[in-house]
Amino acid sequence: MLQVSIYRYNPETDQQPWMQDFQFDTEGKDLMVLDVLEQIKAQDSSVTYRRSCREGVCGSDGLNINGKNGLACITPLSETVKNNKLVIRPLPGLPVIRDLVVDMSLFYAQYEKIQPYLQNNTPAPAIERLQTPEDRAKLDGLYECILCACCSTSCPSFWWNPDRFIGPAGLLQAYRFLADSRDTATDDRLSRLDDPFSVFRCHGIQNCVNVCPKGLNPTRAIGHIRTMLLTRAT
Amino acid sequence: MVTAVTSFGRSGTSDWLVQRVSGVILLAYFLFIGWVVLTGVDYASWKALFAQTWVKVFSLMALLSLAAHAWIGLWAVVTDYLTERLMGTTGNVLRISAQLVIALVLFVYVVWGVQILWGY
Repeated sequence: MLQVSIYRYNPETDQQPWMQDFQFDTEGKDLMVLDVLEQIKAQDSSVTYRRSCREGVCGSDGLNINGKNGLACITPLSETVKNNKLVIRPLPGLPVIRDLVVDMSLFYAQYEKIQPYLQNNTPAPAIERLQTPEDRAKLDGLYECILCACCSTSCPSFWWNPDRFIGPAGLLQAYRFLADSRDTATDDRLSRLDDPFSVFRCHGIQNCVNVCPKGLNPTRAIGHIRTMLLTRAT
Repeated sequence: MVTAVTSFGRSGTSDWLVQRVSGVILLAYFLFIGWVVLTGVDYASWKALFAQTWVKVFSLMALLSLAAHAWIGLWAVVTDYLTERLMGTTGNVLRISAQLVIALVLFVYVVWGVQILWGY
């Protein structure tokens, strides 16, 4: 039997968070962590978490699984369970709304700050703005982000300054638009990032790279932003 | 854009660059001093070494680098851990007090260091 321990907190009835233990029979199958949660919820419907697509595309079920952030739907038990224990907590550093559901407002506010949309002040062409295959290739490893917040909530700099440090997810997206050949707001974008917090709270510890369920590398993107800022200002 | 008036150069890019350059200068200086000490030193040779202008200049450069490096590094530490977000108004009082103490200590070190380098 798998020992499952789940973080529980209902602000309306609980003074403080507590861990609830469940015995879970996997029947020898290598289930995904989300499957375990679904079956536990079938027993105890008060267990609350977010989920939607169940295939690592929507980014709803980012959780702290045995101490490491990841998507419950694409994390197999074989990858995470050691000593027959599965401990599931909400993403660290964000306010808990209930059980495994966190308030993502701070995370989204940082995403909004980087103006995550294409800005181009030239007249729109008749059909579409074309890009060479080489320019398009520069967006690979950037556009795939699903905003699950696994990276930003594993980052100590984001824990201490979620209101001032943009965080790895936001910065990966910032670079996605800085690197886009169709975007003409590069200079304005860089000007907004030049302060000591937005980008430079990143000390390169690469927790973000370690946890990204999509295998992306925010640290490298942040390095590129830093190079652009330096090139522009020296 | 986040406003920060107590950071070293008011710009993250500038602080980052100063932190790296001062780090390299400090590494070079401590390797130099380490090498001098390890190859054997007595009062006479130490005094002769520091009588040379280039050693004084190098030492002052290292001292100023130390002050800048320490300010940028400790500023990042206090703005991480001593904040209104973590401890309310107490955080602001503690952070500003810590910054004043750090600034005072670094200022004294620089002036005292200049006095030591050129005063003997």
